[in-house]
Amino acid sequence: MIGIIDYGLGNLSSVLNAFKRITTEVEVFSDPKKTKIYSKLVLPGVGSFKSGMDLLKNKNWVPEIKSYVTTGKPLLGICLGMQLLFSKGEEDGVSEGLDLISGNVTKMKVDKNLKLPHVGWNNLIIKKKHPLFENIKEGIDFYFVHSYICIPHEKEDIQAEVFYGDNFVSCVAKKNVFGAQFHPEKSMPSGMILLKNFIEWKFEC
Amino acid sequence: MLKKRIIPVLLLQEGRMVKGKNFKDYVDTGNPISQVKIYTAQYTDELMFIDIQASLNSRKTLLNIISSSAKESHMPFSVGGGIKSLTDIREILAAGADKVLINTSAFENRDFIKQAVKKFGSQAIILGIDYKYDDTINQNRVWTHSATKQTIAEPFELSQIYEDLNVGEIMLNSIDRDGMMKGYDIDLAKKVSKTIKIPVILCGGGGNFDHLVDVFNKTEVAATACGSLFHFGDNSPMRARSHLKNQGILMRSIR
Repeated sequence: MIGIIDYGLGNLSSVLNAFKRITTEVEVFSDPKKTKIYSKLVLPGVGSFKSGMDLLKNKNWVPEIKSYVTTGKPLLGICLGMQLLFSKGEEDGVSEGLDLISGNVTKMKVDKNLKLPHVGWNNLIIKKKHPLFENIKEGIDFYFVHSYICIPHEKEDIQAEVFYGDNFVSCVAKKNVFGAQFHPEKSMPSGMILLKNFIEWKFEC
Repeated sequence: MLKKRIIPVLLLQEGRMVKGKNFKDYVDTGNPISQVKIYTAQYTDELMFIDIQASLNSRKTLLNIISSSAKESHMPFSVGGGIKSLTDIREILAAGADKVLINTSAFENRDFIKQAVKKFGSQAIILGIDYKYDDTINQNRVWTHSATKQTIAEPFELSQIYEDLNVGEIMLNSIDRDGMMKGYDIDLAKKVSKTIKIPVILCGGGGNFDHLVDVFNKTEVAATACGSLFHFGDNSPMRARSHLKNQGILMRSIR
C-alpha cells in the first residue's frame, strides 16, 4: 500500500487521483503513527519550506518519516516535498529540514530577463540512470512551478537537472529516497510513467 | 528550456460553457466536463475556468465542475470568477484547482492578495487585468466587475503594482479584442512582459495559430489564453502546438 502523507499543506487530491489511475493500493493518511505500515511513501506539498516544516514538526511526522526511511522502503518527495528532504531551507527565514539528503534549498538565481516563479513545461536533463526514469525519454517536458531550488552537497545525489538560464537540480536520489521538483501528477503521460516506476521500484541496499 | 504555454479558457454560466464578444452576448458552447475530457486527450498544457456568473449558487456548480475535472484531467488548471475571500480560495484549491485567477477583488483590496499569497503561496495566485481602450483620452483603462465598471487605472501601471504583491502570474485581457478573433494586443503585452519579472498570460483576440506565433515572436509573454479559437472551428491545442513548433516556437514534448 502506498501512503500519501497529509500533513495539512495544500491539496493532495491531484496526487491521489493520479496514483488511482494506475493502482487501487493507495491512500491519503494523516496519522503519523501509521507511517510504518506503508510499503511506499509519498511526501507531496506546495507552499513555503518553513510552513511545511512547521507542520511536519508540530504533528510529530519527523521521527516517523526518518525511521520509515531507515527500513529501506521507498520515499518519493514531490515539489515542496522534495525540498523538505534537504538539511536546510531559506524560504521565510532559515529552517531545518528532514535532512535525509544533505544540502540547502535556496531562491533560484536567474538572469534578469527570466521570470520567476519558474512555471510551465520544461525538460529533464538526465544525469544518471535510475529505476524511476525507466521508459522516460530524454527531452520530455514536465510541469514545474517553483521559485526555490535544491542544492545537494554531494553531486552524486543529483539524478537530473533542468535548464532555466542555468542548470538547476530537478531530481535527486539517495538510496531509497527520491525527490522530484516538478509535478509528475500534473504531467500526463510521462509523469504517469514515473509514478508507475515508483510503484514498481524495489530498492535494494 | 522552458516552453511556451497555450491555455484554453472555459467560461462557465449555469454549469454550461459559453463564449461571448467583448464580455457580452454569450452563446452556449457545450458541456464543460466533455470538453475537459477532449482537452485531456489532447494533452493540453493547462486549463483555465472562469465563472462569469459568480453568484452563490454558481459557486456550488463551479466546485462540482472543478472536482470532476480534477479527476479527469491530471493537468494544471486555474479557476476564477467572483473570488473574494481566503475561504473562497481554499474551497477552490481543495476541489482540485492549482491556482486561482483574481480580478475585481485584487483591484479593490491589495491586503487580501497579500494574505492570499502568504497563505497559499505565490504560485497559486494569478491576478487578472481586464482593460479597454478609452478613445476620449487615447489610453487604456482597467475595467472591473466583468467589464461593467471603468476605473481610472492604467493597465501597465497596474501590472507593476500587482508584481510587487509577489503573486505568481499576471493575466492581461483586452475587452475590445475578446471574442473578435482578430489577433492579440501585442503593444501592451510587449511592454508589460518586458518590464515585470513574473510570467504574463495574454488573453483576448486569438483567432488563428499565427496570432499565437505573433505573440511569442514579438513579446516575452509566457502563455496565451484562448477562448473562441478552440470553441469555433476545428482547431485543437494539439494542432496549435505542432503549428507553433513548426514556426520555431518552443513547445512542450509529450512523449
